[in-house]
Amino acid sequence: MTIKVCVPRDAAALSVGADATAAAIATAAQLAGQTIQLVRTSSRGMFWLEPFVEVETASGRVGYGPVTAEDVPGLFAAGFLQGGAHPLAHGKVEAMPFLARQERLTFARAGLTDPLSLADYEAHGGLRGLRRALGMAPTAVVEEVVASGLRGRGGAGFPTGIKWRTVAGAPAQPKYVVVNADEGDSGTYSDRMVMEGDPYVLLEGMAIAGYATGASFGYIYLRSEYPHALAVLNEALATLRARGVYGRSVLGSDFAFDAEVRVGAGAYICGEETALLESLEGKRGMVRFKPPLPAIKGLFGQPTVVNNVVSLASVPIILDRGGAHYADFGMGRSRGTLPIQLAGNVKRAGLVEKAFGVTLRQLIEDYGGGTRSGRPVRAVQVGGPLGAYFDQRLLDLPLDYEALAQHKGMVGHGGIVVFDDTVDMAEQARYAMEFCAVESCGKCTPCRIGSTRGRELIEKIVRGEDVARNHRQLLALCDVMENASLCALGGMAPWPVLSALQYFPGDFGLPEKEPAHVV
Amino acid sequence: MKNDSVLPRGQGRRRGPEFPPYDTATVAAILDRWRDQPGNLLPILHEVQQALGFVPPGAVGQIAKAISRSRAEVHGVISFYHDFRTSPPGRAVLKVCQAESCQACGSRELTAHAERTLGCKLGETSRDGAVTIEPVYCLGNCACSPAVLLDGALHGRVTPAALDRLLAQARRQP
Repeated sequence: MTIKVCVPRDAAALSVGADATAAAIATAAQLAGQTIQLVRTSSRGMFWLEPFVEVETASGRVGYGPVTAEDVPGLFAAGFLQGGAHPLAHGKVEAMPFLARQERLTFARAGLTDPLSLADYEAHGGLRGLRRALGMAPTAVVEEVVASGLRGRGGAGFPTGIKWRTVAGAPAQPKYVVVNADEGDSGTYSDRMVMEGDPYVLLEGMAIAGYATGASFGYIYLRSEYPHALAVLNEALATLRARGVYGRSVLGSDFAFDAEVRVGAGAYICGEETALLESLEGKRGMVRFKPPLPAIKGLFGQPTVVNNVVSLASVPIILDRGGAHYADFGMGRSRGTLPIQLAGNVKRAGLVEKAFGVTLRQLIEDYGGGTRSGRPVRAVQVGGPLGAYFDQRLLDLPLDYEALAQHKGMVGHGGIVVFDDTVDMAEQARYAMEFCAVESCGKCTPCRIGSTRGRELIEKIVRGEDVARNHRQLLALCDVMENASLCALGGMAPWPVLSALQYFPGDFGLPEKEPAHVV
Repeated sequence: MKNDSVLPRGQGRRRGPEFPPYDTATVAAILDRWRDQPGNLLPILHEVQQALGFVPPGAVGQIAKAISRSRAEVHGVISFYHDFRTSPPGRAVLKVCQAESCQACGSRELTAHAERTLGCKLGETSRDGAVTIEPVYCLGNCACSPAVLLDGALHGRVTPAALDRLLAQARRQP
């Protein structure tokens, strides 16, 4: 009997040698006279175990990891094709605690399927959402998404259904669907995992968005740092066109839809939706004034839905199972599940899709297993480079848009970066301002100039120059940036700085008992 | 073509042998492919850079004319985006992630190590013309930090020793 062996093709798995592992398995199987079916799947998102190899046995899939090419002969000797015992064995994959305690809706297929096999996709629930949507009135599709409570997973958390309603109601034609795939926040990789590992779910979500809002063309604005995602998306698009899912008649209906991938050029600001639209139009990625909203005047001045990758990838299951099913997960006004990405100095770094409400401590300790270095956790940054740094005292906060906002934090795109006790928080604060200076589009003064002045002030404080005065200046500058910047880059770059000042004043040479600036 | 004095000139570094010199025909073929496509400037610049290794300042006029934009606008776009180069890179390009997740896992030390080994700073090319090192802000490999991208190939959990092996390989290339 042919034994199925799965090795991920996700870029993170490739970055630690998955190709060499797969080649070694093919060679060893040949030497052993074993016929195997070697499938390159997406990743489960348990990246500390990559390259993670799964063998399909009579009792389900059994996992081994991390498997380097050198480990392969030993695995064959241990009978791993029959699920044999080995120091790298993790038993049944579905029963592994990291996975068993998740609620995977958007990432239901992660690690299970060959990303480019449309047959695999359909066998695991794919295209059911689009089929159901095409049988409904477009307005009913919009209302289903409204009912799900889905909020933009890119960071802003704006209700997706409301955005769609605005575009659907705009009379101008043509309209566009634009996917924000400019996942620039450090500590985040869920968009990348969707695009590389389950591209059809994004493309299905785009078609549903097009049908619901009256758009027949979409652009995926993909960051240039993701070459693997580009290759997968282009191949997936070609397959959908060839199979009649995309094109003049979507799945045999009279709705037409097609899309194209456009590649960014290394500008963080292009993750801001209006800068993204400028960039798609072939211009400098300068932030636009709002209003008009992109939903009314977006790409090329036309009504445009701009949604994040994970937001759109969550739409097919909402249409398939109904908005109410999705809204059953979560708490308060944060409905559904959030793909949380554990990153930085954490032992078990990976993707955790959970209903809103899980606490930071549960995530870092129970799922993440503490730091990779084995040292104590000192600081945690949630929500990317513009997110606040939290210390131990705040780790019991639940991950929820409103709960974090109360502490000037944000869920953002769901990235959590862990630092151990060797971190210098004054340096992290200085970097936050420096990053803002490097990436500022330059349109508004608080961001363009404030970021550089902010970096200088922090450097002066650390050098012990006129500390009290420079500290006051820095707080005043942060206030100006927060309140007078045009977009979130300048408006939120002070958050990591202020939180570092509040929770780690000693790192700046300031007295430990500082009045609260943040809470 | 008129001399474009506002534009930075190439620094006369040795160009990698895999890139042909700028000729108008190469760029014209790219322009033809993208003509009449909306918002075509970024794809054009990407393709020019892919073909030639950088966007030659001398090509700005040709591109601008073909897409009916001013040279200032095209120059403005090239200078806005970190990806576009106006001078030839080394034979290999190493991008070292500078963002928070990699910082938490030793990217500052890794960057310093790369700079020492190559004898040049971020944004520069080693003296032998073999390797250009550039900063990059997140490669999406944050679960396997620190990460680098070497000529489009992603590497994770990169120790200084592992980086030495990668660089030795890159330098052996012709």
